[in-house]
Amino acid sequence: MSRPGFVLEVDDRTPPLLVHNGEGFLLERFPLGTRVVYPPEALPAVRDVDEAIQSALLNPIESEPLPDLLRAGMRLTIAFDDISIPLPPMKKPDIRQRIIEAVLELAARAGVDDVELISANALHRRLTPNELRDIVGERVFRSFFPDGKLYNFDAEDAANLTHLGQTRHGEDVEISKRAAESDLLVYVNVNLVAMDGGHKSTSIGLASYKSLKHHHNSHTMIHSRSFMDHKRSKMHESAWRMGEILTQHVKVFQIETTLNNDIFGGPLEFLQKREWEWSVKDQASMLGTKRALAAAPGKLRHKIFTDVRSNYGLTGVHAGKIEPVHDKTLENVHRQHLVEVQGQSDVAIMGVPFIGPYNVNSVMNPILAACMGLGYYFNSYRGNPIVRKDGAVILYHPVDYEFSQLHHPSYVDFFEEVLAESTDPATIEAKFEKQYAEDPWYIHLYRTSYAYHGVHPFYMWYWISHALDHCGDIVWVGANRKTVERMGFRSASTLQDALEMVSHSVGRSPSITYLHNPPHLLADVR
Amino acid sequence: MMLALEMYRSPAKFLAAKAVGGRIPGILTGPAAPLRLVTINEPKAERPGWARIRPILSGICGSDLGMVTGSTKLYFSAVVSMPFVPGHEVVGELLDDCEDLPKGTRVVMDSVLTCAARGVEPCENCVSGNTNRCDRITVGHVAPGLQTGFCQDTGGGWGNVLVAHRSQLYAVPDGLSDERAVLVEPLAGAVHAALRAKITPGQSVLVSGAGAVGLFATLALRELTQAGRITVVAKHAKQRELARAFGASDVVAPDEVFRGVRRSTGAFRLKPDFGAGEFLLGGVDVAVDAVGSKDSIDTVLRVTKAGGRVVLSGMPASGADLSPVWFRELEVTGTYASAREEPNGRPAFETALELAGRAPLDGIVGARYPLYRWREALDHAHSAGRLGTVKVAFDVRAS
Repeated sequence: MSRPGFVLEVDDRTPPLLVHNGEGFLLERFPLGTRVVYPPEALPAVRDVDEAIQSALLNPIESEPLPDLLRAGMRLTIAFDDISIPLPPMKKPDIRQRIIEAVLELAARAGVDDVELISANALHRRLTPNELRDIVGERVFRSFFPDGKLYNFDAEDAANLTHLGQTRHGEDVEISKRAAESDLLVYVNVNLVAMDGGHKSTSIGLASYKSLKHHHNSHTMIHSRSFMDHKRSKMHESAWRMGEILTQHVKVFQIETTLNNDIFGGPLEFLQKREWEWSVKDQASMLGTKRALAAAPGKLRHKIFTDVRSNYGLTGVHAGKIEPVHDKTLENVHRQHLVEVQGQSDVAIMGVPFIGPYNVNSVMNPILAACMGLGYYFNSYRGNPIVRKDGAVILYHPVDYEFSQLHHPSYVDFFEEVLAESTDPATIEAKFEKQYAEDPWYIHLYRTSYAYHGVHPFYMWYWISHALDHCGDIVWVGANRKTVERMGFRSASTLQDALEMVSHSVGRSPSITYLHNPPHLLADVR
Repeated sequence: MMLALEMYRSPAKFLAAKAVGGRIPGILTGPAAPLRLVTINEPKAERPGWARIRPILSGICGSDLGMVTGSTKLYFSAVVSMPFVPGHEVVGELLDDCEDLPKGTRVVMDSVLTCAARGVEPCENCVSGNTNRCDRITVGHVAPGLQTGFCQDTGGGWGNVLVAHRSQLYAVPDGLSDERAVLVEPLAGAVHAALRAKITPGQSVLVSGAGAVGLFATLALRELTQAGRITVVAKHAKQRELARAFGASDVVAPDEVFRGVRRSTGAFRLKPDFGAGEFLLGGVDVAVDAVGSKDSIDTVLRVTKAGGRVVLSGMPASGADLSPVWFRELEVTGTYASAREEPNGRPAFETALELAGRAPLDGIVGARYPLYRWREALDHAHSAGRLGTVKVAFDVRAS
């Protein structure tokens, strides 16, 4: 039986607590009275996954069963979430593989032979053939990839985009032509956090810059309170409006899955336990891992972390009409992630781990580190932010000056050129976004190499707009001073120094909350 | 008799200077320098049209430093006459009447010793106003020397007296300070470079280098052409600040040139195998090299778009990779000194005098030394960029 999320107040008996710190972690002794929010333990997993999938496909919500939607001669497109979720990647077989195989079996039985599979990566980087294989499995990969029937969505391929119309707010809906012209679009989703799924899947995953710019902008981001609450997120409101237009033109069969919190297994299992419950074995694992990581060269450390595969359990699979399916999904996600927290605090502390949605098999550069801490973790709330207005956020990450030229070429330029001029999201949006979005070199790299779209670093920066607007102070512990200064933040050597630095705005005895994640949690701040 | 710094022939010192190059400037301006402070006879102004000038300020140019440090090519040995008094960036006072210019007039000097100064029949270039391309710089009644400051007979700005021909002289307006006037010669060079770049409205330009040559080129490009975006490569903080003040749209560090130009022009950036230098497909319309080093020339050739123009304003080093010139069909243009008749129909010096009057040039002469402190002066000039100085000058009257 799992246990719900837990809020602890640090006292004399509380041992040092584990804090994620990039490709490593540390043990930190927090001030007495610090409130520590632990994620709930992993929910029990569905025992028979294949049976659950079959059941969802045959008994969908507010939709005919999938077999009834399939017929010979039809055009079927299966789109699926890309490599950005789940985090860390899933042990094989990926849940998407199992679902796609089940859908393809039904399609084959119905005599459907015009099938294409699209990775719904929007402006994310293309997946390599191996990454596609990891998601869809060997059998599907071999059957579809060589013939060009399994591919990455290309948001810059104008000839293969279709403009479906505009929402009542004047937002363009432009998506994959293949998806738009299909008789049925099956979307296979993995919901790791409450932000994903719903109309975000098709209206964002298969959309072009022309569509995305309507909600991926600083104004929308700053008014999304939070991304994890789609009814209070301006970004989601826009995606939902677009979804209305999209579903008027395209029949969508949405399949959403939810995963439990079983992220760290084997020798890293201690990472998802509460420190005072560590067994002797856990303590030995922790010490051994910590020392080994400290002694390991950077490349090895990087490999160790990028090789982590999680043994997630499936907590639910639902299929059918997008909105009711997503409601069921959110119930499951909230059941896994919600932790009730009473009131905001003056200071929020968060450790930023080694991975985020945009550096899978890559490097967490400074902008992604900021996005992970101030975009994702800061926004991991429902109701109110964990920190009060004008309070302080303290983050842990080395924030090294390290970029992947393969995956993030425009990030380097963004860091060097744009942030040197301004860190204000609205200012940089007005002055630089169009240039980067239309830069032919970035477009070329996005389309032919494995680079994120030129505009992507802007989106990462908009992602943190709400935190920038809400917080009075943002300090990084143990970070490269120059890189955080370029981003407009400050760096401290220790937690004590960081608290000293923010004392002018939160006082000398601030209330402190430490969000102890990952595994992921969603603070339900009352 | 007069006090002067004299450049003299010393193969041993030349070789020593060449061997240590720019690596140990202290040695170059010390015992290894083929330069000495001497008391010598004043040059004579015996022919019509010639007059004596007492320099007030005399600048130290990159080409002067090149001589001292042995980086000047032997190519030039045929067009100088040893020993000579260097110094061609001069503001001085006429000691004699010179045709229409009365004694006591403050003047600046176009240092090129053309047919008119040499008293020979004008060559084709001098007739057409391209006086900086004069073909007679080794003949006539003056010893060989491409310019005053490289000629045995004329003296130079690094001495108490020099002589110049009326064709070289321009009167300095009363309102123009000596500190600005001494910059007129390098400004004229910049005017020439800017006009030689043949920039059409809106074209993008890269200026590599933010020493005096690069900064003045930036100023002239902004003032005299309708260039669009001007990107300047600057290493030091003061240079970056001045580049912007002189009209740069953006400033990049030397290691950011490819990134910056690629970004501003939407070019494609390619990286060849085996550590060969990267280059752009696309790039700036026109690049001006104001450094002359191999790295700088390599860079400007690699970031200029196909069919673009590369203007070499710094004295070029050898060893640059010319592949881009061939592959991208670049037009490579040199600019040397300045002409009496520029593409705008005026002598570059007239335009430069106007620029010197209105441009933000206060503080550009960042240090003045008497002649006897020449070692410190050359040391300072050698490290000018790092020390936040654009132009170091000799205060000849204080000597």
